[in-house]
Amino acid sequence: MPLAVELRGVSFAYGRGQPVLSGVDFAVEQGQFVAIAGPNGGGKTTLVRLALGLLEPTDGDAFLFGEPAAGFSRRATLGYLAQRSQLGTEAPATVREVVSAGRLAAGGLLGALRRRDKAIVEEAMRTVGIAGLAGRPLAALSGGQQQRAFIAKALAGEPSLLVLDEPTTGVDVDAQEALATLLAELRRELRVTILYVSHEFGAVERYVERLVLVRGGIVFDGPPQALPERWHDPSHVHV
Amino acid sequence: MFELEFMRLAFAAGAVIGLLAPAVGFFLVQRRLSLIGDGIGHVAFTGVAAGFILEVSATALALAAAVLGAVAIEWLRARRQAAGDQALALVFYTGIAAGVVLVSASGRLNVDLFAFLFGSILTVTWSDFWIVLALGAAGLTVIGLLYRALAGIVIDEEGARVAGVPVAVLNVVVSALAGITIAVSMQIVGVLLIAALMALPVIAASRVAWSLASTMLLSMAIGLGSVLAGLTISYYADLAPGGVIVLVAAGAFAVAATARALGAGPAAG
Repeated sequence: MPLAVELRGVSFAYGRGQPVLSGVDFAVEQGQFVAIAGPNGGGKTTLVRLALGLLEPTDGDAFLFGEPAAGFSRRATLGYLAQRSQLGTEAPATVREVVSAGRLAAGGLLGALRRRDKAIVEEAMRTVGIAGLAGRPLAALSGGQQQRAFIAKALAGEPSLLVLDEPTTGVDVDAQEALATLLAELRRELRVTILYVSHEFGAVERYVERLVLVRGGIVFDGPPQALPERWHDPSHVHV
Repeated sequence: MFELEFMRLAFAAGAVIGLLAPAVGFFLVQRRLSLIGDGIGHVAFTGVAAGFILEVSATALALAAAVLGAVAIEWLRARRQAAGDQALALVFYTGIAAGVVLVSASGRLNVDLFAFLFGSILTVTWSDFWIVLALGAAGLTVIGLLYRALAGIVIDEEGARVAGVPVAVLNVVVSALAGITIAVSMQIVGVLLIAALMALPVIAASRVAWSLASTMLLSMAIGLGSVLAGLTISYYADLAPGGVIVLVAAGAFAVAATARALGAGPAAG
């Protein structure tokens, strides 16, 4: 399969500090569902930001769908769910307004959304099961429903790569289970490549084909069944 | 009061400001940059002072200083050269200090200066009005065209950046609009109080609004109402209009917060 994400010998340090990542080789095939975990400060978010071209490696090269990540030409097809603290969940937006924001890059910046774009927004809400909440204020929803709204927002861009950064923060266990099931369905039905980044594997462990543990570099990369028992809680990874 | 030409001009210019200030402030408040208008106002004050010294249009120099200051704050913030509040403090205090030094050097620490600091309904001329109308209409048109893009950044700035939306450019557009708003508003509301007219109507509207779009429209209605009521009270009570306008907007917040507490507002948020 062609590659969606590829890092070749990538190292990165913030400013003149210690390297956060050193000599990372990492590739994700199109259509794969990969969970990336590791202790806080281990470099997993940095790895994803490098892969998305949001950071420039201090060494090595990053590619998206075969193109240099920093100058990737089809950015509108990248769906990204940022950490909850970075999202405007307190802004008085309705679910439909949030999901419509996902059509920004693909639908153009000026004026109102066209009919086709509106139809895609409605379909994205149906896909994640929140069509009935479209007119509700986001802040009035549970953490799990808010999370679905932001996933629908990412889907509204018709992504070929969906990246979720700490999506389970502030979400109860049932909602985490429902999210894992939803992502498995999306991957199967839409053939979208999914990178799931978290401090723990949690419920997605049963649905992904690869687990990746990051602590200054990649310390494990393989199928869930090959993960050593002591690393099932990634916060305990010591190298 | 409308038989007086200066009142007709003050109301006409005030109506434009009442609509423009909350429309721009909406994007600052939602991004938790409510106080940025204060910093830009202080830089605009330097422009006013430079106008006094050079004996050229204080409004034109304030406009240039405010837009440059606003873009500088955004530049510092975006490049993380300084934390948001540090960038603000740097521009804020340098602006007010430079203004004070220039004004004292020009020997104009007098009533002219007070009009710019706290607003005056006597000072709006026809040429001022046409400038306010042209810049106000341009600002509202830009917001109308870019509303969806700017709202998208409010909701998820990082997601927009990943998807290739030119977030940095759009943030500079908002900053430049804030600079323009402050420069055209200072004669009526005053540089020390204009930031309040950008923030308070939005904060009040968000207490009872049910969506981003309704927050924007309600805040513009509250801004317009505050300016028109404030100018009327100011005329009859002979008070500085800037203070009265802002107090009316604060009163609107109290009404909205009470309405929400009584159950008229959104379910949460």
